[in-house]
Amino acid sequence: MTEVVATNQTILVVGGGISGMTAALEAAECGKDVVLLEKNPALGGRVSQLYRYFPKLCHPTCGLEINLRRLKGSRRIRTLTMAEVTGITGQKGDYTVSVKLSPRYVNENCTACGECGKAVTAEIPNAFNYNLNKIKAAYIPNAMAYPMRYVLDPSIIGTPEADKAKAACKYDAIDLDMKEETIQIKAGAVVWATGWQPYDAAKIQPYGYDRFANVITSVEFERLADPHGPTGGKILRPSDGKEAKNVAFIQCAGSRDENHLRHCSRICCMASLKQTNYVTEKFGDEGKSTIYYIDIRAIDRFEDFYQKVKANPNVKFIKSKVAKIVEDEKTGNPICHGVDTEGYHRYATEHDLVVLAIGMAPSVPAGMIPMDIVADSSGFIQLDEANGGLFGAGCATNALDVNRAVQSATASALRAIQVVNQVARAEA
Amino acid sequence: MADQKIAAYVCQGCGLGERLDTKALAQIAKTDGKAHLVREHAFLCNADGVATIQKDIEEGVTHIAIAACSRRAKTEAFYFPAVAMSRANLREGVIWVRPIGDEHQETTQEMAQDYVRMACAEAKKLVQPEGSTTAERNNTVLVVGGGITGMTAALEASKTGYQVVLVEKTGQLGGWAGQLWKRVAFKEPFADPADTGVEAMIAAIQTDKNIKVYLNATIAKTDGAPGRFMIDIATESGSVSQEHVGAIVQASGFTLYDMEKLPELGGGKSPHVVDQAGLEVLAKRAAGGAIKRADGSEVKTVVFVQCAGQRDETGKHLSYCSGTCCNTSIKQAMYFKDQNPDVDTVVIYDDLRTPGNGEDFYRSAQRKGVTFTKGKVSSVEANGSGLKVVFNDLILGDQNATIDTDLVVLATGQVPNSGVNIDPSKLETETEAAAEFKQISILNLNYRQGPDVPQLKQGFVDSHFICFPYESRRTGIYPAGPVRRPMDIAQAMEDATGATMKAIQAIENAAVGRAAHPRSGDLSFPIVRIEGCTQCKRCTVECPFGAIDENEKGYPVFNESRCRRCGTCMGACPVRVISFENYSVDSVGSQIKAVDIPDEFQEKPRILILACENDAYPALDMAGMNRNTYSAYVRVIPVRCLGSVNLIWVTDALNSGYDGVMMMGCKHGDNYQCHFVKGSEIASQRLSKIDDTLKSLNLEPERVQNFEVAIADIERVPQLINDYAAKIQEIGMSPFKF
Repeated sequence: MTEVVATNQTILVVGGGISGMTAALEAAECGKDVVLLEKNPALGGRVSQLYRYFPKLCHPTCGLEINLRRLKGSRRIRTLTMAEVTGITGQKGDYTVSVKLSPRYVNENCTACGECGKAVTAEIPNAFNYNLNKIKAAYIPNAMAYPMRYVLDPSIIGTPEADKAKAACKYDAIDLDMKEETIQIKAGAVVWATGWQPYDAAKIQPYGYDRFANVITSVEFERLADPHGPTGGKILRPSDGKEAKNVAFIQCAGSRDENHLRHCSRICCMASLKQTNYVTEKFGDEGKSTIYYIDIRAIDRFEDFYQKVKANPNVKFIKSKVAKIVEDEKTGNPICHGVDTEGYHRYATEHDLVVLAIGMAPSVPAGMIPMDIVADSSGFIQLDEANGGLFGAGCATNALDVNRAVQSATASALRAIQVVNQVARAEA
Repeated sequence: MADQKIAAYVCQGCGLGERLDTKALAQIAKTDGKAHLVREHAFLCNADGVATIQKDIEEGVTHIAIAACSRRAKTEAFYFPAVAMSRANLREGVIWVRPIGDEHQETTQEMAQDYVRMACAEAKKLVQPEGSTTAERNNTVLVVGGGITGMTAALEASKTGYQVVLVEKTGQLGGWAGQLWKRVAFKEPFADPADTGVEAMIAAIQTDKNIKVYLNATIAKTDGAPGRFMIDIATESGSVSQEHVGAIVQASGFTLYDMEKLPELGGGKSPHVVDQAGLEVLAKRAAGGAIKRADGSEVKTVVFVQCAGQRDETGKHLSYCSGTCCNTSIKQAMYFKDQNPDVDTVVIYDDLRTPGNGEDFYRSAQRKGVTFTKGKVSSVEANGSGLKVVFNDLILGDQNATIDTDLVVLATGQVPNSGVNIDPSKLETETEAAAEFKQISILNLNYRQGPDVPQLKQGFVDSHFICFPYESRRTGIYPAGPVRRPMDIAQAMEDATGATMKAIQAIENAAVGRAAHPRSGDLSFPIVRIEGCTQCKRCTVECPFGAIDENEKGYPVFNESRCRRCGTCMGACPVRVISFENYSVDSVGSQIKAVDIPDEFQEKPRILILACENDAYPALDMAGMNRNTYSAYVRVIPVRCLGSVNLIWVTDALNSGYDGVMMMGCKHGDNYQCHFVKGSEIASQRLSKIDDTLKSLNLEPERVQNFEVAIADIERVPQLINDYAAKIQEIGMSPFKF
């Protein structure tokens, strides 16, 4: 049984992406005790799957390295991975949270030496790369993983593959008898930082994401550009592995659309502008980008970035919501059809690859949180007294860029501290 | 130190035992490393290994060198806070980056041996810091600015159990939000303008015993450091009060861009051309009734001109977008429509920017009949008693489209009230303008590096604004609201809460002498041997955080709680009198000297790599995890920041026979990635002056090179190393080998 020391002065943070880590670290560095839960086998969340950030074009792993070092140095944070909240009872200042812990089948003896990965032959889709490639069924989630410890995929448990992994481990780190367990954790306040998920692109029927190999989402495109990604950082399109030098970016894929996501996802314009840089970075003047947009929302200081991209002769902007995509059967090239609203011209433009600037939906819509939560119509948590001692943080509260998510997480840490300080004063 | 007892541990796990002669490594730790106790262990990070180390510590070991995996790995197992510890990176740094094979064995083993020597040498020079003895606690937060941001910060700090001093330069609280008729919708269904809530906040502040308010007051002087700031508050009456506070939230807000700078849009030329503040005045006056112009006539048609003086490519006006004006114009158009649907309201925009649920607010305006036209306004002229707006209609392609209207609202942008920006290089000349600065300065910091928090190019305060938006360049001072970036009320309130969190954390850190971000929790601080100081002022000028002042004799005065422990001062000091207990000229220098330099006839060059511990070093580690191999001739030492690199390390290395030095740090410039902001930039400036040194030693300039390395460079870094090693072999061995 996993033991967790927690009281009603403990802050429980749900979600170990940049928002959850920020909330946990800010609270802990203020002297508070924190339990940090992450449903995946490693911390880092969705931003760790990005190649670069806008507008600085720096790498998210750089900030993650700092946050991980802060975390390793803090004795006030207890991190539980592969952990999901299944129930919350009690009230502000006195919650009991049920947490389901899935088995990793690898204990803390693991040194990440890699022998089990070598021994296992079974492969599974690589979730870190949005299933664009495969990894061994004994794997490290990613190069920055924390904890830096292997995971055995449940699909090989009970098969000879698992036994191979166990036999290969010299350190007695593989424990095939690990079972799922549910534990109860006390907490005075809960920070809910479960982040966002890309809207299901297949639902945008005219774009054919589920039918055309060379129509991908913006988050997948990040993995293609990343040296840790499935192509080692080369922009190769899925259908035939050809270099994708002529790339279309379709804005508002799912967003600003009452049939899909009614809100604007805020980040997608900047994400596409940033991704045109990847095309230029890899192919120079041979790389061509076309952005189909309604409004370019390069908000506040990001305007500079937009102006720089606009000045790049290899990037074209077309004010239009693409009506549909068809595929050229011979070449596999997607062809975008629509009307350019500046002058009302019809177009049918062929590209090597289409990237859908996919919208942000909450990973855990408020209705799925095991507690009554005041939320907006998209399922983002609102700041409301009625939510008691549960506070949303980051993209669980709105479609936010990293900077605003961190702001929100830092604010939520203070709100949680206010609750546990009140508990402490009452008990003093 | 007489009572030093050093233990070295050589791990044989993860293939180390198979790939390396660990017995020889243990022997080296004893002979060259002078370790008092040396142990080999088959699996050092397991319970037995950890218990062995723990037992040795209990029995008197004071310093440990662990020769195993990277310092970034197995940190839970190798956690021994009672002793000073160094790590020799034999796994990610040696066996994983070296090809297998007999022909590589000798050089790979030499690499490992040097890392053991280096770890032993480093451990000896480390002292486990116990923290400052001068730390002070002060539980009061100073909030500068009484607008929505400042009021939120004050109320949140009070709610957390801290005291607040709130200083507002005008005669009343409320700021910009207080001048509004309504605010943009911020709750479901995001359909209508909402009450600002300002009055309730003012009432809450007035009855809050934790909050002391100064009105008509400004900050005349800010002295001290986190935990012990002394603030002189000047009031209109001329009296000055002093308050002692622990941390500061700077919520000094913004000023609307002056519309008189836009005469072509009618700014300042017609009373019927107003900015968004002017429209709020009219709406407040109407109090829900028909909105009237200055001449008393009812407005029947109104045109909103977006991006007025913003997103400007000519360099004359604001280059940025203020992010909030689209929603504000939508709200103001609703003022008209909600009162009388027959009023014509047209918003002329280039890109309409209503992120998040603003989209619902936009939809609501469309339902209410507000017209949105994509276009660019070229002029606003008087036309009888009304106005004529000429614009390029981008949808219809009509370059000279016109609208006749009663009123024009110019959506001018937010200009941050961020005070005086100081470029340290201009300090000497700018002191002449000190009196002028005092007028516009917000904080009047009595700091060596100027009176306000340093700014980015557009005047917003500088911070590492993606991952760590609150980390300003003045520890314990947290800018919040539109002074940090343009923002609306909802964002400003969120931002204020976050900044208050950081201010309270700064108070808690200062109280126990702990470092703030990014070396959170570090208990070391700069120690200066003042008798050796030559008053050259380099440390006081170069500190990226303005932590060091000067006394009247020109000696540096270190303010520990302002310090981020980057070591830039240590790197700057030409006489090397600055050090940290756990990081010093000596702790790195002795590692450099510990490396065994083969004589020149062996043709085995030695290349020193000084690598930023946050980016270049992890990139090297991850290159190892990917088994990307690189030359066995390099010896890598992680440094806190390239800014901490003292050139003595480079000259010592060259003098003792190293053939080359690679410096690996973060990108600098406008899009800097250095977590200490200026560290890598300063390092490259210093390095640009090393050519003279090289010349005087009769060495080729290529022997010292600076590289920008990012954490994602897992393929590139091994390539850089191999290319450099090849270049060194081309140039030939250093003549300084013994």
